[in-house]
Amino acid sequence: MIAEDLKDFKRFTPKTLPQEEPFVFGHRACQGCGEVLALRLVAKAIGSPMIVVSATGCMEIISSPYPQTAWAVPWIHVAFENTAAVASGIEVGLKTLMAKGRIPEKKIAVVAFAGDGGTADIGLQSLSGAMERGHDFVYVCLDNEAYMNTGIQRSSSTPYGAMTTTSPAGKMTPGQTTWKKNLAAIIAAHNVPYVATASPAYHLDLMNKAKKAAMIKGPAYLHVYSPCPTGWRHGTDLAIEVSRLVVETNIFPLFEVIEGNYVVRKNNRPKAVEDYLKGQRRFSHLTPELIQTIQKRVNEEYERLLKLEGLSAAAESKTDPKEE
Amino acid sequence: MSGRKGMEVSIAVAEAVKLANADVIAAYPITPQTHIVEHLSELVADGELKAAFVPVESEHSALSAAMGAAAVGARAYTATASQGLALMHEIMFITSSIRLPLVMTVVNRALSAPINIWNDLSDIMAERDCGWIQLFAINGQEAVDLTLQAFKIAEDPRVLLPVAVNLDGFILSHVIEPVDMPEQEMVDRFLPVFKPTLRLDPDNPVTIGAFGSPDVFIEVKKQIEEALIGSQKVVAEVWKDFEKQFGRTYKPVESYKTKGAETLLVTMGSISETAMTAVDVMREKGQKVGLIHIRLWRPFPFKEFFQAIREAKVLAVVDRALSPGGPGGPVGLEIKSALFDKKEHPYVAEFVAGLGGRDLTVEVFSEMSAKAEKYAKSGKEMRYEMIGVREK
Repeated sequence: MIAEDLKDFKRFTPKTLPQEEPFVFGHRACQGCGEVLALRLVAKAIGSPMIVVSATGCMEIISSPYPQTAWAVPWIHVAFENTAAVASGIEVGLKTLMAKGRIPEKKIAVVAFAGDGGTADIGLQSLSGAMERGHDFVYVCLDNEAYMNTGIQRSSSTPYGAMTTTSPAGKMTPGQTTWKKNLAAIIAAHNVPYVATASPAYHLDLMNKAKKAAMIKGPAYLHVYSPCPTGWRHGTDLAIEVSRLVVETNIFPLFEVIEGNYVVRKNNRPKAVEDYLKGQRRFSHLTPELIQTIQKRVNEEYERLLKLEGLSAAAESKTDPKEE
Repeated sequence: MSGRKGMEVSIAVAEAVKLANADVIAAYPITPQTHIVEHLSELVADGELKAAFVPVESEHSALSAAMGAAAVGARAYTATASQGLALMHEIMFITSSIRLPLVMTVVNRALSAPINIWNDLSDIMAERDCGWIQLFAINGQEAVDLTLQAFKIAEDPRVLLPVAVNLDGFILSHVIEPVDMPEQEMVDRFLPVFKPTLRLDPDNPVTIGAFGSPDVFIEVKKQIEEALIGSQKVVAEVWKDFEKQFGRTYKPVESYKTKGAETLLVTMGSISETAMTAVDVMREKGQKVGLIHIRLWRPFPFKEFFQAIREAKVLAVVDRALSPGGPGGPVGLEIKSALFDKKEHPYVAEFVAGLGGRDLTVEVFSEMSAKAEKYAKSGKEMRYEMIGVREK
């Protein structure tokens, strides 16, 4: 049970942030990268002892150009689509070696990082397998909403209307024509103990969720919004601003799914989605009609999320022995 | 389980993995590999093998999970066949390049299409250049012995490369053969606990699988090449050690009745035993025919191969895979290129046969031997002939 796993959990405060930096300076991320910030905060929140698995992608290449490394903790990269499978092997390997007395018994966090392409597209199968098998690990999707490492191609996590190099805004189509795949809900459907969304603008929230994810036994999934100034065409000083606006507009609501129960960070007076869209050139071609289409969808999705939370609360009170 | 008894070869291989004390087994079912992993999962479920069995959702993940386990210092094992091996293709290269020692049984089966579950070598031959050590078993005893040896070879600090042990699907994997299962104690002496040179250890952090620019890439590939070529010395040592402890002898290239033979059949895998029977029959008729079979395919044992064929006038090479539109099958190609620089060499006749489980009988081997001699006599250039193709 989660309550037992989290009995020693203490929220981070600005004064209690850990000193340790598992992910150190000297990496080669673009100026103003929001993804590398999210990566660093998650790594900092979890801390040693940890073993990190990275999928192929921006965070892999910027952190490990041989003979340099930005990783002060053990780190492995194998391929693009198999991060969760490699993490599975690490987790069972550690467990077995501990059981056989070959390495000292202690909790070592196994943390997998992948982008949205490595998670929502090519890595979805291995992720689903690892979640279903119940490995004790944390999977972090750093979602910058397209294949940035290869030059800004669309993924199934690219939002509706966004212009990428393979969903261009042309005469016939207005950028991405499909709606963003709901990864957090897909993973929650695996009935894993912990799923959460987070944004680097809410850094303590992000770090607390990462810490919880690592403390909980069994699979945990973090879906972290990760601004990409290079691919989204916004100022390199705006990653935090954008990360805040996406939450304030309810485009990317912050929530947790704890043992199947949704807990939503409420935002009942959302800003208009236009406030978010107008700051990024990937959306600069959107017409007022398309912006309205997006607004309507965002409202509906948020309402649905609240209903899910309502269902969770109803289910909880039903099973609560005190109520009976 | 020790001692000589009749066993299905798949079960015997699983028992060998148990004797090897594998720590992590990650596998996805595919015919004809299934009996191996079913038996292993039973051994784990009964606590007879203290290991983790990870029932992954694909072969791609099977090899990936095995790599993860090997990276923390566990002795990792997987098994597959055909399409499953093809799905692992990407990861095969990464396993050898990252220098993670693990062992995989490949129960050789034809690649689709048409979809076919029977035996040939098209699966493993498509992985020729993946940087793995590749061994071929001709019978159940070899399948067991090579499995035990494979871990020792892979984990040697001078090697640190993955090893594929090949056994023919159905015609070897599913037959019951007398197998001498070694005693656990003897295996433990032969194959001590895996001591990794480097592993993912929070107390000594390392970065594995770093990004390699053009500045370093060739050097890494050169190291792998040197390790693979150098592994032949280790293979020889392991075989010597094995012989001392278990009394069975292994060589990279085996010769059968090659003394005085003018024509040599060249085979790999379990068909070699049928081919030996064919040699017996032909010898009885006074034909000067012998056989060599290649047990160590990668690294290719050039020296031993040249030694084995030095007296032959004609080689009848049997390939169970095809390189469509190319010069023939992989084994024929390998042998022809190996002989290219030799001033004098035997005539090489190549036959592509037995694809998708087409039966290779004693008669077929006699036919190939006779055809090879005829081609040699004609002196004509011969690329290859596909054997047993029905025209109607």
